[in-house]
Amino acid sequence: MDITELTVHELQGKLKNKELTITQINEAYVNRIKEKEPEVQAFITELTDQGMKQAKQIQNKIDNGEKVGDLAGIPIGIKDIICTKGVKTTCASKMLENFIAPYDATVMEKINAEEMIDLGKLNMDEFAMGGSTEYSYFKKTRNPWDLSRVPGGSSGGSAAAVSANMVPWALGTDTGGSIRQPAALCGVVGLKPTYGLVSRYGLVAFASSLDQVGVFTKDVQDCAILLNVIAGHDEKDTTSVDVGSKDYTKSLQKDIKGLRIGVPKEFYGEGINPEVKSCLETAIAKYKEMGAEVEEFSLDIAKYALATYYIIACAEASSNLGRYDGIRYTYRSPEAKTLKEIYKKSRSEAFGAEVKRRIILGTYVLSSGYYDAYYKKAQQVRTLVMNEFNKAFEKYDVIITPTSPTTAFKLGSKSNNPMEMYLADICTVSVNIAGLPGISVPCGVDSEGMPIGMQIIGNKFCEETIIKTAYAYEQETKFREKYKPTFKK
Amino acid sequence: MQVSKEEILHIANLAQLELKDEEIEKYILNLQEILDFANIVNNAPTEGLDITIGANEAKNIFRKDEVKTFDNIEGLLQNAPEQDKHMFKIPKVLD
Repeated sequence: MDITELTVHELQGKLKNKELTITQINEAYVNRIKEKEPEVQAFITELTDQGMKQAKQIQNKIDNGEKVGDLAGIPIGIKDIICTKGVKTTCASKMLENFIAPYDATVMEKINAEEMIDLGKLNMDEFAMGGSTEYSYFKKTRNPWDLSRVPGGSSGGSAAAVSANMVPWALGTDTGGSIRQPAALCGVVGLKPTYGLVSRYGLVAFASSLDQVGVFTKDVQDCAILLNVIAGHDEKDTTSVDVGSKDYTKSLQKDIKGLRIGVPKEFYGEGINPEVKSCLETAIAKYKEMGAEVEEFSLDIAKYALATYYIIACAEASSNLGRYDGIRYTYRSPEAKTLKEIYKKSRSEAFGAEVKRRIILGTYVLSSGYYDAYYKKAQQVRTLVMNEFNKAFEKYDVIITPTSPTTAFKLGSKSNNPMEMYLADICTVSVNIAGLPGISVPCGVDSEGMPIGMQIIGNKFCEETIIKTAYAYEQETKFREKYKPTFKK
Repeated sequence: MQVSKEEILHIANLAQLELKDEEIEKYILNLQEILDFANIVNNAPTEGLDITIGANEAKNIFRKDEVKTFDNIEGLLQNAPEQDKHMFKIPKVLD
């Protein structure tokens, strides 16, 4: 048995039956990281030594008959944008290369309260700006299905680490698709919760009205288990919403008879790779077979939403990243003498090209003379997008689209063309604009064996419905039993 | 709308960025291309629609204004590029 192939719920079963120990599980993962990291490059900071120490402590507790939680000793990986007390949180930027958070993010407090073991901080595009993880200051993560391709982004390290069995699951963040798109490109499950379901406290801010923490898992059941851990109101994040406590594992049901599925035709048109489209059509036919009511409809917002996204996200980023002033966050230009030089030189030296590009765009759309034409207009389009989704959810329980217009692309093929990279987010950004939950589940592979993801979008705080929709499909089609990453060179 | 060199320099200055010559050229092209695309928002049917500033209902969230101490001073200061007597150090601001 290869321990690292197992899902967390399978690990839990084997721990219960005493077939496995916490120490064995963590040893298996630490060895897997050692073996695969040289080719996958998913980690910015490995925490394997301290992880093994924690594992032994928890195992001792169990051996001494002490009671521990259901997730105690289960390893996890954390996107390097989530603050972890005493451990570097770099955001994959030279700016925060040596930044050590003085406190834990609320989601980390929850992970730690479960006594889960953080095996490392995972790679990403700098400040989560990108769709390929190539904009990391430190390294380029590879797609485990084909090492010459990108894992997607911005949470590419999280997606690749789960896909390559280097961690059983991971946390990521999603501002415009940064969980769902890499999950699709790496053949794993990725969930972006409703805006406000999970606390953003301790998440390094990119675009505060769009950012949300979510999960990467091997299957939908694990996704429900981990969402149970991280969801919940937090008074430290005033945008977090109190929806009471829910058990998302109760939604793991196979019966979807009568489920109303909306298929927006504009998300299957121009720019969508034919193989991706045909794979989605097969998946939708499967839903019909399973008893769902499927209807095609018009949701003509994708292009407006993408433009709106880049205006709003960059505007918010230009403001949020103003805090990096060369005074409080580790990096200061050695050349700077005056205060003004500290600001300018530190920022110019330590931000990467894409981050500067977005700060410039964001500053431009907020500047006098352009505010009304771009920023204000984008905020109106945001209302339009929300209204259109509201109308759709009067008729449908879920909306199904491709997660990404293409499968994973080759490293270097888009990194010098910002507009082309932005178009990769066309299917996912609307969900963030409207603050909705979305999940990506694998639904097949293309002719080159690269995974294809299906995005299931739900109404606000209807995570139960999308989890159920994803679970029923997964149980019927069993992607993980048919396909595995090959680490092709 | 055509983006000029002066405009890029003005924006970079507002954003506290210093651009090298080759960066100026590159960002003019990038910004132009992205703005040409972003102009599509002006075709969206938004007549009479209000603006939305956040994903959820905009309302004030109140809590008691209580002092809570954060005791990890060392943790905060370890991120200071320069520090002195438990303070973040910067060059002289006024002559």
